[in-house]
Amino acid sequence: MFPSRRYVPNFALLPILLVALIVAATAMWFSEQDPADSPPRVDTRDARIDVLDGPGQRKRVQLDLRLFVPERTPAPAVVLAHGFDGDKTELAVPARRLAARGFTVLTYSARGFGHSTGRVALNAPDYEVTDARRILDWLARQPEVTTQGQDDPLVGVGGVSYGGALSMLLAGNDDRVDAIAPLTTYNDLRTAMLPNDASTEPISTTTAARGGDADRGVFRRAWARSLFRMATRPQVERNTSSKPDTSSTAPPPPEEPPDTGDQSLTCGNLTIRVCRAYTELARTGQAGQETLDLLEAASPSSVTSNIDIPTLLVQRQRGTLFGLEQADANARQINEAGGTVRMLWLEGGDREELPASVWGKVADWFSHYLHDSDSPRPPAPDIGFEYQLVDRLASERSPPTTWRADGYPGLEAGEVARFELPLRGSPTSVINPPGNGADTTSSSGNTAAGERAVGTVEAPRSPRLSRQGTSSAQVAVFETAQVERATRITGLPRTRLSVASVPGQPGDSQAVLFARLLDVGPDGSRAPVGDGSSPLRVTRLPEDGTAVQVDVALPATMHTLQPGHRLELRVSTTDGAYAGPRDTAVHRVALAGGKSVSLPSVSASPVEETSVPLGALIGIAAFVVLLVVAGVLAIRFERSRRKPPTPELADLPLAVEDVSKSYPGRPDAIHDLSLRVETGQVVGLLGPNGAGKTSLLRMVLGMTRADTGRIHLFGHLVAPSAPVLSRVGGLVESPGLLPHLTGLENLRSYWRATGRPMEQARLDEVVRIAALGSAADRKVRTYGPGMRQRVALAQAMLGLPDLLVLDEPMNALDPAHTQRMREVIREYARTGRTVLLSSHLLSEVEQTCTHVIVMREGRRVAGGTVDEITAGESLIAFHVDQPDLAARTLRCLEGIGSVRTVGEVVYAELAGHSTATAVNVLVASDISIKRVGPHRKLEDAFLELVGEDH
Amino acid sequence: MQHERDHSTERAVELATPTKRTADGSAPGYRANRTLPLNVELRRQLARGRSKLVLGCLVALPLLLIGTFALSDDEPSSAPPTDYGDLATTTGPNFAVFTLLLCTPLLLVLLVALFFGDAIAGESSWASLRYLVAIPVPRHRLLRQKGLVAGLLSCLSLLVLTGAALALGTLWYGGGGLRTPHEGVLHPPWNVLVLLAICGYLAIHLTWVASLALLFSVMTDNPLAAVGATLGVSILSQILDEIPRLDRFRILLPSHHATAWTDLLDTHVDWTDMASGTLSATAYAAVFVTAALVRFHRADITG
Repeated sequence: MFPSRRYVPNFALLPILLVALIVAATAMWFSEQDPADSPPRVDTRDARIDVLDGPGQRKRVQLDLRLFVPERTPAPAVVLAHGFDGDKTELAVPARRLAARGFTVLTYSARGFGHSTGRVALNAPDYEVTDARRILDWLARQPEVTTQGQDDPLVGVGGVSYGGALSMLLAGNDDRVDAIAPLTTYNDLRTAMLPNDASTEPISTTTAARGGDADRGVFRRAWARSLFRMATRPQVERNTSSKPDTSSTAPPPPEEPPDTGDQSLTCGNLTIRVCRAYTELARTGQAGQETLDLLEAASPSSVTSNIDIPTLLVQRQRGTLFGLEQADANARQINEAGGTVRMLWLEGGDREELPASVWGKVADWFSHYLHDSDSPRPPAPDIGFEYQLVDRLASERSPPTTWRADGYPGLEAGEVARFELPLRGSPTSVINPPGNGADTTSSSGNTAAGERAVGTVEAPRSPRLSRQGTSSAQVAVFETAQVERATRITGLPRTRLSVASVPGQPGDSQAVLFARLLDVGPDGSRAPVGDGSSPLRVTRLPEDGTAVQVDVALPATMHTLQPGHRLELRVSTTDGAYAGPRDTAVHRVALAGGKSVSLPSVSASPVEETSVPLGALIGIAAFVVLLVVAGVLAIRFERSRRKPPTPELADLPLAVEDVSKSYPGRPDAIHDLSLRVETGQVVGLLGPNGAGKTSLLRMVLGMTRADTGRIHLFGHLVAPSAPVLSRVGGLVESPGLLPHLTGLENLRSYWRATGRPMEQARLDEVVRIAALGSAADRKVRTYGPGMRQRVALAQAMLGLPDLLVLDEPMNALDPAHTQRMREVIREYARTGRTVLLSSHLLSEVEQTCTHVIVMREGRRVAGGTVDEITAGESLIAFHVDQPDLAARTLRCLEGIGSVRTVGEVVYAELAGHSTATAVNVLVASDISIKRVGPHRKLEDAFLELVGEDH
Repeated sequence: MQHERDHSTERAVELATPTKRTADGSAPGYRANRTLPLNVELRRQLARGRSKLVLGCLVALPLLLIGTFALSDDEPSSAPPTDYGDLATTTGPNFAVFTLLLCTPLLLVLLVALFFGDAIAGESSWASLRYLVAIPVPRHRLLRQKGLVAGLLSCLSLLVLTGAALALGTLWYGGGGLRTPHEGVLHPPWNVLVLLAICGYLAIHLTWVASLALLFSVMTDNPLAAVGATLGVSILSQILDEIPRLDRFRILLPSHHATAWTDLLDTHVDWTDMASGTLSATAYAAVFVTAALVRFHRADITG
């Protein structure tokens, strides 16, 4: 690959080292991105325990548990409670994560789910909460769990949705719980199932996401139905399990005594009470007192006044089941009870899985608050408030940005900042169509979006309404002006409306309306702000049309209102997600109060999680340093390799000593060639094609390196880029001209590339010598070979170099130019300069050169002045039919020189004899002569030395 | 005889006496670090029809795109814009971004490969490389000057393409802010500054293509082979990048971060990918340039 390795043995070392360093550094950096260290070992074991619950603790259920045991035990315990319709396997991945962080993690199937027996009682204190307390008892007995005294495990409880509520209910009922992490859960099932976001009382504005908590809300039919469908889904495997029981102490499970009352099929796996409450709601859209009691008892709000332990609340922005207002309520109540609260609002909907980073934060939370005295306490997690913002039309790959505030406004921090956008729009009468409460409704308004948000069909990730140019009679529309600056909305927007009956039109004393906000782009495109709509039930409307003013909490959102966008408030009478009234009604909706929408905006700074790519920057900096160092070292190395000139050769234009060069697989190699060219000489390298002439000239011009031996020009060693080469002009093999330039431009461009002053080029002189004429102004691509050769010769002579190296200079030249060039070359040498040329034509060398060196197969076979070689007696060549006889005959002549026979030719040095005498002698011997002619030594030597076949 | 006729002019040639010697043996006026000045090389390259053709094509490409859009534009789509293709016809800056996005995988690679792949191999193919070496232009300097000029031409092409797309897009679709699919709008002058920043990132990222093309250019006498080989490697890298099973190894592919500049269009610029892209590109470029230097330094110049 590198034939001339010998000259640069060490230069490669540095780059190779550099490359190795670079590769290593790069590999290290990239591997840092993906830590490949294996996770710590986590063992699991399953157990089933029997517990008694229910009123009076008389009902026996068997709970299916799984314990994730970390490497080091005993360890603080974490109980993870699954969501509705899940089982103990639902949170296996986060459980492993937590176990890897050193917790003994327990997951279990709640009663009525998975392999646990019993029926779903919706986290009733007598049932699910009691079960959980028995699990704490059990945990306290396990050797893997750190305890803080008799029966008191060091334990945190986390849970998602249904399980999150359980974690709070358990913490409120059992002092042994040390920290909780309720994720995406509810505060009050009554307001979650029967929300009413209209309040005649002013809604407090201290926190960002306070919702309406008026009673007699509108039944959120769609999701209650889907929950019921999940709970009553036939689960054949549930009671026919044959899973091996690893807890040998547990007795065989006795059948749960049947619940009182009938065992309706429609109730599926729900307890009778829950089923009855659901049936009532579904049928009437209203809740009776018994139902309200049941929902209240099953709600964390019933116990939050007892929760004074650290609480990490995580809520999803598009939580159509449990919105930000539920987390807001939890935070307020627990904060009031003395618990430390941290709030995270995440982008995304309920149905999406929680990102791993959330579980990381849960682990951080428990690491700090479930502290085991043996190890140093990890730092407290940043207490504060975080929310994520993502523009609603973001593509899949664009991650949300996380923003962090010092604390949740209204609790630790001051009140949330709000700003008002004036709304305009005239009072509008809206009609509730007959049969609105029916399941299927195709009316316009909010229906489509509402259904989509809660339906079992997966909603598109980025819902965006099509252009809604017109509003129907069911919708009242109010809008703001376009905003000029980007406006961040975090929490629940608020407005004030007045609602009135319309005298003479049907309608009772209450109105059910649905309000929502839309973000209207400059092009008229609309996107919802917050998911779903806020149901409003306004009661006690006077018959005479007097308006009732209500505060309205609009759907929660984390949204950036871009400049040029405006908000649109739509108040509609229908929403498929809710059970609206069936009777026809007409109501008048108008703006009230400040006629504006109040937008909460929590000031926060973005959490730059990945803002400074340190690894990459360090890598880049390392590179720059490495490259600079390498560059400096390389230059120094280059300088140190320069050899001082050899003074004794300083007057010698060219000295070649024992040079060898071979190309793999090619014949034109050079073997131990030595020659000297002195000032004023015109030296011809004579040899057949492939004798190595061009190879030698390439080395002389520094284009290639010799394998062995040395070449000196004017005493300076020749290597590629040696400065002494600037005293040499050359033409090797073929002209190298730029086809898109004229001949003259080529010459100028070439001279400019030397960087030497233009006046040194002697351009005019050279052009005249080479006789370029007017053709010099044509593009080179139009030239014939002869013209190209002349331009190339001119290029070689530019600057009148001290040594001119020409390879086959007369190639392609016509006889006139050949003759002219011969004279130019001889003249050139006469001025004290030197010319080295190569040719395969004897006559060429003979007519042009003063000296000649004959080469054959890479070796010098003869050398000397042309005169020397042609001097002395001439040979006469006799072409005859009987050469042997002719030779003998000639030798008979007295005083004749040498006579030799080559083939049919007899060469004889006739000495004093004339050619005629010799011919006469031959003719007298009956030898027929074909041709007689002079023969010179050079040609003879050439032919003999290089062989006739060449 | 012709000889006789030419004789008069021949005699008129006045040849000077040889020049005196200098310390390093060089001819007077010769300085290694003055050889092949940038402006000379730039003129040599710009005089070529090819350079003009390339620049012309870059102006024509946005025109072609506009024409294609005009032909296929039956009605304004009511669907929400989800990518830069949907947004391309909204404003001039959006059109420019779309054009760049379209050109990133292939055309820009081709452009850079063309200029750098031709740098040495082009001279080889004209047989003029050996004469440059015999001047002598020191080899590392020759490679550097050639690389710099190729880089200048590449940057010029990138700017011409962006500028043409911006100008023609503005002419056709109107000026204004740069809209992103995330509903963000970058207002003047940020829209133009962001375009410049995109060009900057592309210029940095494409160094890996440039250096690879330079390496191939040093290794072969045929400029087309150098361009083709570079393009081949780039396409191979892009194909491998499509294989999800390669997972984390894909970030080691040189083309992996080619479109990281789209991060610049966010309101909060995430620099991670771009920094990785810069590091990856400079790492590859360092390796390839070093290899090219070593190779060229040791090579026998026969072309």
